[in-house]
Amino acid sequence: MPSNLVNEYFRTENLPHIWCPGCGNGIVTRAIVKAVDNLGLNREDTCVVSGIGCSSRASGYLDFNTIHTTHGRALAFATGIKLAKPDLNVIVITGDGDSSAIGGNHLIHAARRNIDITTIVFNNNTYGMTGGQYSPTTPTGDKGTTAPYGNIDMAFDLCKLAEAAGATYVSRGTIYTTNMLIKLVENGIKNKGFSFVEAMTICPTYYGRKNKKGEAVDMMTYLKDYAINVAAYDKLTDEQREGKFIIGELYKSERPEYTEEYQKIINSFAEEV
Amino acid sequence: MAHHEIRLTGSGGQGLILAGIILAEAALYDGLNVVQSQSYGPEARGGASKAEVIISDSEISYPKVDKCDLMLALTQASCDKYIDTLKPKGILIADKSVDNIPKRDDITIYILPILETAQKDLGKPMVSNIVALGGIYEITKLVSRDSLEKAVLRRIPRGTEMLNKKALEEGYNLIKNHKEECYGDGC
Amino acid sequence: MGERFVKLMQGNEACVDAAIAAGMKFYAGYPITPSTEIAELSAEKLPRIGGRFIQMEDEIAGISAIIGASIAGTKSMTATSGPGFSLKQEGIGYAVITETPCVIVNVQRGGPSTGLPTAPAQGDIMQARWGTHGDHSIIALYPWSVREIYDATIRAFNLSEKYRTPVILLMDEVIGHMRERIELPTDEELTIINRKKPSCPPEEYKPYKVNEGDIVPEMAGFGEGYRFHVTGLTHGESGFPSSNGEVAENLIRRLVGKIEDNKDDIVEVHEYLLDDADMAVIAFGSTARSAKSAVDILRTEGYKIGMFRPITIWPLAEKQLEELSIKLKKVIVVEMNVGQYYLEVDRVAGKNTKVEKFGKVNGELITPEEIVSYIKEGNHA
Repeated sequence: MPSNLVNEYFRTENLPHIWCPGCGNGIVTRAIVKAVDNLGLNREDTCVVSGIGCSSRASGYLDFNTIHTTHGRALAFATGIKLAKPDLNVIVITGDGDSSAIGGNHLIHAARRNIDITTIVFNNNTYGMTGGQYSPTTPTGDKGTTAPYGNIDMAFDLCKLAEAAGATYVSRGTIYTTNMLIKLVENGIKNKGFSFVEAMTICPTYYGRKNKKGEAVDMMTYLKDYAINVAAYDKLTDEQREGKFIIGELYKSERPEYTEEYQKIINSFAEEV
Repeated sequence: MAHHEIRLTGSGGQGLILAGIILAEAALYDGLNVVQSQSYGPEARGGASKAEVIISDSEISYPKVDKCDLMLALTQASCDKYIDTLKPKGILIADKSVDNIPKRDDITIYILPILETAQKDLGKPMVSNIVALGGIYEITKLVSRDSLEKAVLRRIPRGTEMLNKKALEEGYNLIKNHKEECYGDGC
Repeated sequence: MGERFVKLMQGNEACVDAAIAAGMKFYAGYPITPSTEIAELSAEKLPRIGGRFIQMEDEIAGISAIIGASIAGTKSMTATSGPGFSLKQEGIGYAVITETPCVIVNVQRGGPSTGLPTAPAQGDIMQARWGTHGDHSIIALYPWSVREIYDATIRAFNLSEKYRTPVILLMDEVIGHMRERIELPTDEELTIINRKKPSCPPEEYKPYKVNEGDIVPEMAGFGEGYRFHVTGLTHGESGFPSSNGEVAENLIRRLVGKIEDNKDDIVEVHEYLLDDADMAVIAFGSTARSAKSAVDILRTEGYKIGMFRPITIWPLAEKQLEELSIKLKKVIVVEMNVGQYYLEVDRVAGKNTKVEKFGKVNGELITPEEIVSYIKEGNHA
């Protein structure tokens, strides 16, 4: 029996979804919906924009104004939507490859403009839809179908990238710490500006199997053991930090929001008339 | 049928395209058909620049100027480059700084201190294009004086009206007062 | 009450003024010569009428943003030139399959690649037709004067709203940058078409269902109370992805058919002195201005020659070209490329008449004299 949350916010006629057993994308999608529910956003005024990849299929399952765009361009489409109708709540669902490889330029510029869009990156460290190639967030040394001898690239720290580019809300959660993830998405949506939430998820089918990370449960256990809350992380020694990653709210600031700034220009002419 | 093809040449930054637009707009005020086009290189300043205007009392199809009836040359380089495109019996208006005056006896040549007037008398080298327009008017009367003045005032930046009116006046005077600097058949 | 007034206007400027008259409220783009004035003037004018402009980070973002804005209910446009047009092609395909109205202006310059950035060319005729991937049809218009740029821009918006499809407005450096006398139409003279909004309540709305008697589905906008899904995947009436072969086949055939079956409405041509002609020059955009001058010159010398000018480049004016081919001994396609539109003219007219091409790719507009001498020499041969 689907939960009330599912009945309320999902297009149940389109379920079951296409995600593999053990995939973490459903948990992130639920977290987004729960956050929307907690905030009491009106579905008619909420828009979910996604790119291409496993994560981006989520938009089709969600009962909002939804658009599944081209690979990497979700943020550019979302920018057009937000400027056309600044009153809409705009949420972007994207993956690590979608947002930081093919769409990396749009990510940094949306952040730079501080346009009021909340971006949730489903980071599974691989290209799942195309069968497990290495992505910009695949750790160095890990394998992918296009990195058969181990990945020699350095992995992106997407949160640092978003912060440096100008995002005014940056956080990271995992599919293990779901209550925290819901809160992070909520706070991201509440922030008037560009919000970036990185959701660490898992791909047991490709990334897990290729790198001998075990089953879905083993991968969840890894997230549990290696994700350290920002407050706790600060107290660790360099040695203790080895292999760990930080979760929680990593950066917050206040800066003029793009559509509000543009509105001031429009208003200046309205006053003139 | 009146059909005049004009080529304004010099270097980028001398305001030739604006001069072309003003001349075209003046002709438009006079009720004539007009096409203004330009060609330019990658340089915003310097380099070769030309603006072209066709003024006609009938419909203009081909929009480009090939052989012209009137040519303005503000630099030696542009004078050398385009002098062969001036039709026989055409008019060349060259700036005084153009040292090597082309050896053509089938055209009328006016040598005018356009750049010097803008620089020294008016203290603003950027109005040399307007000085040139004054000269062109006085020589050709292609457009009416009222229309030219109206077009100048419409296209120049706010707050520079007095300066540009003065520049136009100086342009008229270059012809009125310096008839002796006219060479060729027309003199 | 609109007052008819005359002014000196640049081609690119006429495009912006007409787009605003047609209802454009959003422009997203990236600067590229020789189209940049369209972006600059949109930036200046849109906020004054409550519209919005954004300079995006790249060409792809430009097309993506206008599609997003259009789906949110706003008439939108972008402008570019050859290299940027290539970058926008994936987005154009997305607009085709999602049936999103939008206008893409391509002020053509010399190519391929950076080519001759400040010089005119007509090398994107085929890119406009086949630039995006997959099977599709497309509408492309190509005006030849500043006034016609104004009319064609309005028509581009109207066709895009009526047929729910991206419309490409082709121009070239010559007509984009030149200024000429333009007599603007009054408001009363303008016909503005807006997309058809849903006639049913939200719970009955199927975003890709074509109602009896309609050409395209009714289009809701985001935030208008209709929660619907848009995807670049093949989809049925519900708008949700489907990999069913029949659904895909029906969708693609409907998308192509809505344009190809309505050519009588979409195709517009200009015929000049063709009634008694035995020969015609076929040209479009700035080149057609040279062609018209050439025809006028040749007429004074006794040639029975006319001009055929497609204003709608795509879909092809097939019927008109076929009729022409039966009547004429020869047609010469004159274009600033090595022979693109020529290929289609030859396909349609080649069986009935002699089809020749005359082109130039040196960055200079073909002159009337060049056309005249080509035709004279061709006749002697």
